[in-house]
Amino acid sequence: MRTTQLIDALATDAGTKPIRFGRVFWAATILAALGGACVFFALLGPRADVMAAAETVRFLFKFVVTIALAVTAAVVLRRLTRPGAELGTVRFALFVAPALLALAVVMELTVTSHDSWTARLVGHNALFCLTMAPVLSALPLAAILIALRRSAPSSPAAAGAVAGLLAGGIGATFYAAHCVDDSPLFVAVWYPLAIGLVTLAGAAIGARLLRW
Amino acid sequence: MNDRERQWALWMKAADAGDASAYRRLLGELATFLRAVVRRRSASFSLAAADVEDVVQETLLAIHLKRGTWDPGQPVGPWVAAIARNKMIDALRRRGRRVDVPIDDFVETLPAPAEDEQLSARETEKLLSVLKGRQHAVVKAITVEGADIRATAARLDMSEGAVRVALHRGLAALAEAYRSFRE
Repeated sequence: MRTTQLIDALATDAGTKPIRFGRVFWAATILAALGGACVFFALLGPRADVMAAAETVRFLFKFVVTIALAVTAAVVLRRLTRPGAELGTVRFALFVAPALLALAVVMELTVTSHDSWTARLVGHNALFCLTMAPVLSALPLAAILIALRRSAPSSPAAAGAVAGLLAGGIGATFYAAHCVDDSPLFVAVWYPLAIGLVTLAGAAIGARLLRW
Repeated sequence: MNDRERQWALWMKAADAGDASAYRRLLGELATFLRAVVRRRSASFSLAAADVEDVVQETLLAIHLKRGTWDPGQPVGPWVAAIARNKMIDALRRRGRRVDVPIDDFVETLPAPAEDEQLSARETEKLLSVLKGRQHAVVKAITVEGADIRATAARLDMSEGAVRVALHRGLAALAEAYRSFRE
């Protein structure tokens, strides 16, 4: 086949309207959040004392961290899926959530006595957190990865990993509403482990699924 | 944005709106641009001339199938260069090398005149045989035999809509065949 013949065939197919990936991406992200919400209300629901908890800084700060993670991961992922766009300094956005969490840990260590640290770190729900946060992230991850098949990432594994961070951020946000452990010490140990699992899964699946 | 970029963006927008002739002109220019880019890069990687044309064709296919990832307002050149860079890395990997192709080499290359257009790509030829049934018949009629939608529909006793669908799916399957061919 000559290149001109291929071009003729491609031009003949011009009638097939391309779907703007940007729209697909944000629609999938919203869908991912909605999917996560459905699983959350079906399986867990918010903790019993959620109204009282909502007046405490520690509870609210969990959402600052997880939502910051989801938003920054979404921005970085959007950039990663746009051929010819430089990642540049946008990559540093991924440090925002860890930095916020580190700051909270320092404050927690400052304001609490050290004999309470172990109890705060171990919490009540560590294993549950390690299972449920990934479970809540599964549907969001699937929605995002399926949408990403329309994209053209130069590194499928990296795009999959950041998709995992985004899905993990969404899952962790919902999990945080159920979890009774609010100490930054707990959050800094178990949430990253749970989100890390989702990120690994995203990278592994992305490496296969997102090749183009 | 220079004149070339402005023209490419105009054609790209027209193509997105379904203008086949603008799209043909755009792809023609991009093929020339790609050929120069890939040939220049391949000199240092000892990629054969026929392989260069394969990369050009695979990149054109990817441009077509992934044109939804281009944003109006984004320059076309760097977008095309990024796709070409990926396809070239794939082609080199297929030959069992690990490579790191710097993106700058792509963006700054000026288009060379179309020369070795007569090179028919071996791999694409082989890949065309991967397509089955109607997809094969339709893609073959439109590429190798140069038929249009209407003539193809008449010859194969299909509706024009069915020909369009078979063509689009056939092109996607062709790109998919490249991918599996890699492994």
